[in-house]
Amino acid sequence: MATETSHHVAMTLHDHLPMLQVLIPFIASPLIVLMGARGGLSWLIAFVASLASFIVSIVLLMEVIDGGFISYAIGGWAPPLGIEYRVDAANAFMLFLISGISTIVLPFAYESVKAEISAKHHTLFYSCYLLCFTGLLGVVITGDAFNVFVFLEISSLSTYALIATGAERDKRALTAAYDYLVMGTIGATFFVIGIGFLYMATGTLNMADLAERIADQENNRTIKAAFAFILVGMGLKVAIYPLHLWLPNSYTYAPSAITAFLAATATKAAIYVILRFTFSVFQPSFQFEVYALEFIILPLAVLAMFAASFIAVFQSDLKRMLAYSSIAQIGYMLLGIALLNSTGLTGSIVHLFNHGITKAVLFMGVGALVLRSGSSFYSRIRGMGRVMPITGAAMVVGGLSLIGVPGTAGFISKWELVQATLERGWWPLAFLIAASSLLAVIYVWRFVEVLYLHEPAYGADHREAPLTMLVPIWIMALACIYFGFATEITLGAARTAADGLLAGTTGMLESVTSTEAGH
Amino acid sequence: MDVNTAIIVSMVIPSIATVTNLIFKNNPNLRDMLTLYAAGATFLTVLTILWEVGNSTTEVFALFEIIPGIDIAFNVEPLGLLFAIVASGLWIVTHIYGMGYMRGNNEKHHARFFSSFSFAIASVMGLAFSANMFTLFGFYELLTLSTYPLVAHKGTKEAIAGARTYLAILLGTSIALQLVAVIWTFTIAGTLNFELGGILEGKIAGPMVAVLLALYAFGIGKAALMPFHRWLPAAMVAPTPVSALLHAVAVVKAGVFTMLKVGIYIFGIDFLAETGASEWLMWLAAFSIICASVIAMTKDNLKARLAYSTISQLSYITLGMALATSMGVLGGGLHIAMHALGKITLFMCAGSIYVATHKTNISQMTGLGRVMPITFGAFLIGALSIIGLPPLGGSWSKWLLIMGSADTGQWIMILVLMASSLLNVAYLLPIVGKGFFVSDPENVGPVKEAPALCWAPPALTALGCVIIFFFAGDIVVFLTPLVTP
Amino acid sequence: MTFEFIVGHINYWLFIVLMMTGLYIVVSKGNLVKKIVGLNIFQTSVFMFYISVGKITGGTAPIFPLDMNVDPDVVYSNPLPHVLILTAIVVGVATTALGLALIVRIREEYGTIEEDDILDIERKVASDENRLHGEAMGGRA
Repeated sequence: MATETSHHVAMTLHDHLPMLQVLIPFIASPLIVLMGARGGLSWLIAFVASLASFIVSIVLLMEVIDGGFISYAIGGWAPPLGIEYRVDAANAFMLFLISGISTIVLPFAYESVKAEISAKHHTLFYSCYLLCFTGLLGVVITGDAFNVFVFLEISSLSTYALIATGAERDKRALTAAYDYLVMGTIGATFFVIGIGFLYMATGTLNMADLAERIADQENNRTIKAAFAFILVGMGLKVAIYPLHLWLPNSYTYAPSAITAFLAATATKAAIYVILRFTFSVFQPSFQFEVYALEFIILPLAVLAMFAASFIAVFQSDLKRMLAYSSIAQIGYMLLGIALLNSTGLTGSIVHLFNHGITKAVLFMGVGALVLRSGSSFYSRIRGMGRVMPITGAAMVVGGLSLIGVPGTAGFISKWELVQATLERGWWPLAFLIAASSLLAVIYVWRFVEVLYLHEPAYGADHREAPLTMLVPIWIMALACIYFGFATEITLGAARTAADGLLAGTTGMLESVTSTEAGH
Repeated sequence: MDVNTAIIVSMVIPSIATVTNLIFKNNPNLRDMLTLYAAGATFLTVLTILWEVGNSTTEVFALFEIIPGIDIAFNVEPLGLLFAIVASGLWIVTHIYGMGYMRGNNEKHHARFFSSFSFAIASVMGLAFSANMFTLFGFYELLTLSTYPLVAHKGTKEAIAGARTYLAILLGTSIALQLVAVIWTFTIAGTLNFELGGILEGKIAGPMVAVLLALYAFGIGKAALMPFHRWLPAAMVAPTPVSALLHAVAVVKAGVFTMLKVGIYIFGIDFLAETGASEWLMWLAAFSIICASVIAMTKDNLKARLAYSTISQLSYITLGMALATSMGVLGGGLHIAMHALGKITLFMCAGSIYVATHKTNISQMTGLGRVMPITFGAFLIGALSIIGLPPLGGSWSKWLLIMGSADTGQWIMILVLMASSLLNVAYLLPIVGKGFFVSDPENVGPVKEAPALCWAPPALTALGCVIIFFFAGDIVVFLTPLVTP
Repeated sequence: MTFEFIVGHINYWLFIVLMMTGLYIVVSKGNLVKKIVGLNIFQTSVFMFYISVGKITGGTAPIFPLDMNVDPDVVYSNPLPHVLILTAIVVGVATTALGLALIVRIREEYGTIEEDDILDIERKVASDENRLHGEAMGGRA
């Protein structure tokens, strides 16, 4: 078999980083249960694992930000036969986002989980959390199409369980988790059917290898069917507009910390998979894909931007409002993908990141409000901005970023998206993006008014949130502002990633030839 | 002090005042004194810049890059400097007045009020010294957000509704139209820097020029061009110092200032004149002038009437830009200063009347002039300046605008300006007339002149209206670099 | 489309029939357990599909002789899809287990596992909330 090529033989710890990225939380998860750790200790293990994973992701990002990639063969089995982990700018950026959000949400979760979930479940809760985290990292890092499915299910199954833990506060968390389970399983199964078709047509599962073999047979109907199944399957996970039905209830009834984590990462990982498949595995030169994106995804994205925003305006529960707003924001990301140009793709990737941190602020803020006022209904959190000024201010920052006010992260991504539509010459779309931002103004301002322009409700706990919550919230809020000015990291990485994706398989093909040379 | 440092300092000082107001919220005297010092220091800083730079344009200095090709950058040029001088100078006066008003009226939340107020000034300074459209847009939005708490200040249902309209229109137009226009400009021109003569020539042609101009003209909601003028009357629920400084000077002038900047530095006056793209804007401005004046006549609430008068006067400046001649631009630029002095006087007088009598409607003001002679005297001078009678400042800018219209052969515009002056007479002078010439002891009752902190500032600005008449020539000379490429 | 084509792809037709049956059960049945059964059938159809993919006409079981002397004329079936589907089966079992566990909890909280009854209960909860906190739009949608 394979002799010596640099990427199979990993000698130092540094060479194993791609594996460690996933392995650390994966091992820590059963460790929590095996040690029978109580609340505090299980939290600590989860946090340390997440932090270690975050550090790994930073190192990986630094290595590939200039456009290179790292290929890691699991167990030394060379790709394309063995499972390959492949880190390039696009997924290093996603790993950075996911592990970063997790590391910041966990300190917040400590108090929030204590308040929302009974102590006997904490051990399993944190164990599940780490599994979910592992799954999301795995989905992003792997270069093997079937492996995506496996990690996807690891994260999904643990997500269903985590959402169901919200049942202690509201029993509807159970039905929400059940609905999500049914729809999520259908989505994942569709995805796996698509992979099956791809395997039928090409005889390989390695993404780079797939890309090369698909390029030769554009009119193969099996390939087209595969693309359709994969797009719909992942579309369910992403919550593309008519496939979003599971999302509002799941986000509303899940524990606050879980909502903050999922909203910032889970749908983003799924969008990454769509990106990876539409641009790396399939090519933008694949006409069927272009039609699918322009005539199906693009209208649906615009529909999401308006319909979901419109529904969000009329909510009376802040958490549910933010859930609908997430659906609308997903519309922006899909729009950027459907534009099929470099700026649009950059906008889409950078919006993944910026919207992730924005929603993290807002959902953590909601968690803090729930801790003090007992519920996230507008009538219950009325005037809480006055008694919790620090939390309130962070939520305003998050809200402004959601609208896309200059000086916040949300503005940068919106700028890129509008510019991309104008570059394509589709100026009506530019106005639609701007007009849907106006709906965001309305729903954001509704909660700002509720927080500040009313007398605090009777019966709420009139204290500021605890420090363990305020610090994570403000780290994220400051990140919203910081990434509104310092864009080298976000825009730079996104642009490298977008160019890498659009350049198609050039990077991937090289590696395939090199591994074949090794055979 | 180096000019670039001075620009930063002029933004930092009001920002510090924002913080000190919150820190010393329980020590009103210290807090207000510090803010007053800050106002004075800001004004001095701006004067230093004037001293150093005169009416030349300085090199752009960039703080940092946001998106490749777009910086947060500042420089000094005559129009911005004029705007900065007007805003920071009037801040001192308004702050003194504001202390009197807020205390005399027992308003609540002083710290929050003055804090937001200072922050709004900081945004105005940033806006005035912006070296590109991106920076300007950022500060434009910041100004909207920082003034929102001021409009909603009273917290009543009415105030919340007013603030909602305010935010919806200003944020709405800027995001939906102006932002698209800015990105469009960047996409075709590849830059957003302000350059004399414009950056668009040769990049865009035909009817699209007019479309882009329309996006800017309507997107700059702060210029209150009809039909996006509703926010201005809605903002009148705010305490009077806010109406005086922000909604007669800083915010609305930020709007027309942006409009002039876009006309001069993005499109270029010659480019506009060549393509004729701004002709429709001229007609719309004319319509706004007449229409708003007519509406003003129907308003009995004094502040509402002044608000509509402001809408009409702002369109003078838009008109000046849309004429696309050097006289028009100079007239528009000059009107920024002239109208600011006149209108702030009127608003502060309206506030004084409210403090002294708690009356807001014009029909209730009969006979008040006799017991409040200083307030009503100042109001008269302010009104005459707005009407444009010599020897008051407003006459010069109107004169230049008429000259500009004559230059381009737009005779109808001359008629519009004349008619508007007559309408100004019709809606402003009866207020003074009622105050002085109708005796109504029953209505007046035990009313006395408002506290000195309330009447002195308008008296001062009224005096300013007279003095500036004699220096108008200097201001025009100061602004000429704008029209001499 | 010849008769031969139809018969020759019988396993794929069955895959589609099973898949549609499963999906139909998930959509149409109100009983939560039956929905899970439907989901199982749906997933099973995919297992069938993968197994079909691996089969090669005339191919034998992919077991190499002990001495590793592979006869080049012998056709082997492709083992990879079978291995893959083992993973998918495990996932399917886990999903079923979790779904059933959720149903048990739902039964404890709601006292029923009929979707219509659950929806009624939730609608009532939501309308109580609306009375308390103001109307909302969207509901379960």
